[in-house]
Amino acid sequence: MDDKTVVVRDLVKDFPGVRAIDHLSFDASPGEIFGIVGPDGAGKTTIMRILAGVLPPDAGTATVVQCDVVRDPEGVKQLISYMPQRFGLYEDLTVDENIRFYADLFGVRRQDREARAAELLKACGLREFRARPAGKLSGGMKQKLGLVCALIHTPRVLLLDEPTNGVDPVSRREFWAMLYSLVGQGVTVVNSTAYLDEAERCHRIALLHQGRLLFCDSPARLKSRLQGSVVSIVSSEARRVRDELAAAEGVSSLVLVGDAVHLFVDDSDRRIRDLGDRLTGSQIPFDEIVRVAPTIEDLFVEAVRKDSAHGVA
Amino acid sequence: MMRSNGNSVEVENLVKRFGDFTAVDRISFQTRTGEVFGFLGPNGSGKSTTIRILCGLLHPTSGRATVAGYDVVQSPELIRRNIGYMSQKFSLYADLTVFENLRFYAGMYGVPAADLRGRIDGALEMAGLRGRESSPTGTLSGGWKQRLALGCAVLHRPPIVFLDEPTSGVDPLSRRLFWELIQRMSDDGVTIFVTTHYMDEAEYCNRLALMNSGKLIALGTPTELKLGSIQGSLMLLDCDRLGDAIELVRRFDGVRDAAVFGNALHLVVSDAGVAPAIRAALEADSISVASLHVIRPSLEDAFVALTTRHDANGASESSS
Repeated sequence: MDDKTVVVRDLVKDFPGVRAIDHLSFDASPGEIFGIVGPDGAGKTTIMRILAGVLPPDAGTATVVQCDVVRDPEGVKQLISYMPQRFGLYEDLTVDENIRFYADLFGVRRQDREARAAELLKACGLREFRARPAGKLSGGMKQKLGLVCALIHTPRVLLLDEPTNGVDPVSRREFWAMLYSLVGQGVTVVNSTAYLDEAERCHRIALLHQGRLLFCDSPARLKSRLQGSVVSIVSSEARRVRDELAAAEGVSSLVLVGDAVHLFVDDSDRRIRDLGDRLTGSQIPFDEIVRVAPTIEDLFVEAVRKDSAHGVA
Repeated sequence: MMRSNGNSVEVENLVKRFGDFTAVDRISFQTRTGEVFGFLGPNGSGKSTTIRILCGLLHPTSGRATVAGYDVVQSPELIRRNIGYMSQKFSLYADLTVFENLRFYAGMYGVPAADLRGRIDGALEMAGLRGRESSPTGTLSGGWKQRLALGCAVLHRPPIVFLDEPTSGVDPLSRRLFWELIQRMSDDGVTIFVTTHYMDEAEYCNRLALMNSGKLIALGTPTELKLGSIQGSLMLLDCDRLGDAIELVRRFDGVRDAAVFGNALHLVVSDAGVAPAIRAALEADSISVASLHVIRPSLEDAFVALTTRHDANGASESSS
């Protein structure tokens, strides 16, 4: 337990008319990117704010490096860096001036800040833009500058609330490369996202739905829990494939995805053969029929479907 | 109403300059009637400028664009009447009920009074909101709001619908329902033009166009882009001590790129035959390798590979 940097136990937070967080427990360790994953309204921002010591929970406990967020919110602020969804960059100030402002705010010593700023700016490809006003940066660059400002001091725990929202894939990769390098130095990163493909990049994730925890584990172990498997059929006539196989034996559901159809089947080896034969028999052309790895989205959809089925019964 | 002949969006040698900056640089493409067409690109690639031209909100510097058969310069009003537009930031009125929102948008789009009831019924049916007509829109969950927004955007039965990151932030189940709706519209011949930063949305498109620095750099099905994007092979390396491993493989001949991906590394290699040598080198450094195998590039891999290659080529062009 001692090496855990974030420990959340039985956390509850109510807002008028809605339970935002419903008995949530998880922990995170140094060197780990822990993902808080779920759609809008799942409670992601509420958790972040509680962990940052800016919003008290109604019940349960949360500690950051053994510092209790309720009893010692000021202590927590010394240990973390928090990047909310709308990070306060000063649009009229240049990249350099924003960094200097945050360095002052965090009390970073002058002799340390130059080297640190240079290193961070290099890592995120902002070195050539130091004199540019923050308001003139692209969305992705602003996010990266936000991260640089949040990291100008060295936190034990970095809290990032949907940091890559609206950021293009190239900038997102750079952003993630920075995160991986940070956790290499032993920082704990708690990162929230609504995008399940981003969840795949975390070491472990907590999958949330309406304030409740659906699963908490590494993406690979979560996916291995999914019963059955996913078969992908690529075809120039994907719609015909979908219509032909919608009611095929062993297929529990299927979804048309661009030029492919993804089918959830009980036994991929057997069904790949049957389904392929059936398409050939019906003279529907296809380029490929293969088993593919399930995604976190597949897992989420299955879990929520089961959950609501229970709710009805 | 549906135009069965020809393409829905046609763009030919389109150019848009702002001062001496070329935002859109001689792009050409055509969408097919009833296809789900994805228009992708990093921030600042000229994507939004192109959309604004296509919606008749901005005049091109040169070149030609037609939408639903209407020229963007000559008939912008006709275009706006013949397209639907929906984004995650679509403004539904939170204080109005579901029905009032639909009636408001029907009025705005000039739906004839005789058709009003039928159209609103149709939209309610499509969005699965029958029985919730008098709920205040603000009380609906994200998935319902998004389907209502789509219902509002297509009340005037446009042959083309523009979607801007339509499923951003909604739960995966709602997202799948949304794409099923879109698929049904596309089955009925409506052309869907999607812009997004999110590759899981892009996966739902029949064809994708990728913009970078104002140029159209790739056009094809998702599978074509994935298979054609990486020169060489993409490999997944599952091993311990990722930090040391990445340093080592980056120095390795034949490894063109290496990046951390969750608990593993993704390597771009010129030839997958180099795998045994990589494995040996890692093991010689007492890094234990659980697996090293070829994987298919994701759409994101394709996007990053294509845009960075284009950037690199662009840089060498301008310096020569």
